[in-house]
Amino acid sequence: MFHIYCPYCEEHREEEEFHPKGQAHIQRPEDPEACSDETWGDYLFFRDNPRGVHHELWVHAVGCRKFFNITRHTVSYEILETYKMGEQPSVTAKSLSEKDKQAGVQAASGGWQTVGARPESDALNKGARV
Amino acid sequence: MSDVKEFDTRPTGSPSSESPLAWSFHRRGTPPREASAGVTLREKAFLGHLILRGGAIVLDEAVREVLGITLPARPNTLALDNSGERSIQWLSPDEWLVIVPGGEEFALEGRLRKALGQAHYSIVNVSGGQTVLTLRGEKAREVLMKSTPYDVHPQAFPVGKGVTTVFAKASVVLRRPTEEGWELVVRRSFADYCYRWLLDAAAEYGVIVER
Ligand SMILES: [Zn+2]
Repeated sequence: MFHIYCPYCEEHREEEEFHPKGQAHIQRPEDPEACSDETWGDYLFFRDNPRGVHHELWVHAVGCRKFFNITRHTVSYEILETYKMGEQPSVTAKSLSEKDKQAGVQAASGGWQTVGARPESDALNKGARV
Repeated sequence: MSDVKEFDTRPTGSPSSESPLAWSFHRRGTPPREASAGVTLREKAFLGHLILRGGAIVLDEAVREVLGITLPARPNTLALDNSGERSIQWLSPDEWLVIVPGGEEFALEGRLRKALGQAHYSIVNVSGGQTVLTLRGEKAREVLMKSTPYDVHPQAFPVGKGVTTVFAKASVVLRRPTEEGWELVVRRSFADYCYRWLLDAAAEYGVIVER
């Protein structure tokens, strides 16, 4: 039994009411006819699999049936925030490591990849795809 | 005036029609009447159900004009008229469920369309697709606690609240229009299952099915 906050219903609801729908903030190339096969292939098939903070799309399937976003930690499974469609996350791998730095904690983000959102993931993908 | 084609789903004349629970009553009947029962179950069959979609501000104006009820803009809320027979419930940020006495829904749809004019909205008559079950009695809440993970404690679920949630592996709209009773808006295809679930869950408290 665990609860997820739906930003549209404005209350916590049972996990059973929700479904995950994969990585959030995936942008469709503006002109599919003009983009490269690689860009289109990335858009269709390639998803990030970070160890750490991940922005995900979820749907409140047995409730308001709206899609929304969850920032979730893939190691601890902790849900760091939920936010509506069209909004940007306030918690990111970067914001967390900065908070750690300010608190004088040694940044634990050494091995973590950053999140699905661009442009960070672009850089990561480029590095990984040699 | 809108250019949407409308038709009255309620047939003229008096052909026999069957509620979503007709099969359950036919097949299983109702439990023997007990002297004292903790739970009373009843189907409010053949009501008019409309799904209203659109922006809250636009719909609110039309709904107030036509129905005399203020559109419940807060999530998970329910508004009733003075008689308690007509209600509007928030289902999602751009979706509301209107329930009115059977036979009123077609005229209501027409009046709403007229009031809404060329605004961006949709109205769908879903009367045939779902039915309302009422649950009363001192053990009604106990039955709900066995059936749904949603918190039905009066503090968490005051009168005037309504939610769409999981109910016995199916989904229902659960609402509390009055202090005494709960309403379940059940899909037609789930009706027999929910009815049997409720009978089973309520058996230990004693259950009366009113018809
Ligand atoms: Zn929701």
